[in-house]
Amino acid sequence: MSGPIMPTWTYYKVFAALIALTLVTVYVSFLELGPWHTTVGVLIGVVKASLVGLFFMDLLHSSKASWLAVLASLFWLVILMGLTLSDYLTRHVLEF
Amino acid sequence: MSTNHAVLAHHFENLEQQRETATFGMWIFLATEVLIFGAIFTCYAIYRLRYPLDFEAASARLNILIGSINTIVLLSSSLTMALSVHATRVGRQQMLLTCLLLTILLGGTFLGFKVVEYYEDYKEKLVPVLAFDPDEWTKVEGVEAPIQPQHVQLMLVFYYIMTGLHAAHMIVGMGLLIWLVIEARRGWLTPVRYMPVEIVGLYWHFVDIVWIFLLPLLYLTGTHHPTDLHF
Repeated sequence: MSGPIMPTWTYYKVFAALIALTLVTVYVSFLELGPWHTTVGVLIGVVKASLVGLFFMDLLHSSKASWLAVLASLFWLVILMGLTLSDYLTRHVLEF
Repeated sequence: MSTNHAVLAHHFENLEQQRETATFGMWIFLATEVLIFGAIFTCYAIYRLRYPLDFEAASARLNILIGSINTIVLLSSSLTMALSVHATRVGRQQMLLTCLLLTILLGGTFLGFKVVEYYEDYKEKLVPVLAFDPDEWTKVEGVEAPIQPQHVQLMLVFYYIMTGLHAAHMIVGMGLLIWLVIEARRGWLTPVRYMPVEIVGLYWHFVDIVWIFLLPLLYLTGTHHPTDLHF
């Protein structure tokens, strides 16, 4: 980085958004969503994690090398989860 | 080492290269952390999909109030951590020290709540082997429930391993923050040498991100009732 120094109100606004999203996700857990709680919760989590990453970890002003490490970790995470679940989720598709 | 000690290590061309190297190193470390937690999340996903009702039943019994308060505490500590980096870069020593101490205080609050929560889990008979009553899970209001107590225990084991590993990361992070406080008091953290605050910050925010996903996976996966909001 050594990018521009962001004014502190940027952090306060991001913090307010994170708290608001937390209240929303906790409120949703009181609704009768059955198996959809996990999906909704993780989607809100992705938004919150992106806010933390982009602003608090300053990815917005980070070098390409930092982005490379972030994208590589996500890429391997997708391989880890994707290939594993593609096995477990399809075991009952074909019965031998 | 005195305050006018050379800030630039001899094997770097300039300060920018030195700072960039340290930041990149921390991101590489965090990538390995993503895969550690990613492996556990993958295991969780497999069993969550295989035993949905059991996992939802166990999740509904976890303490949603402490889980939510701890989320807000941890997000607040991320804010003070981000402000610490800001304070170092603009050279405000007193603000830096205040923000670092607040971050440690909030981290300690999180761990304190976690200890109370584990004790409450014990009293609620939510600890496999130590305190667990299989019979209370098989019948809901006198009706036979399609739930296997051993699958409930599996979910609870995930809960203890995931929150335990997260708490271990918190303790490491607090140790790093104490080191930063010592450096800050000696006046070694300056707009020229702010990189230590920045990379500890990256670690701290990463631990926060892990918790952001633990909240929905563990606490919010089952349907709660407003009456669950107690300690």
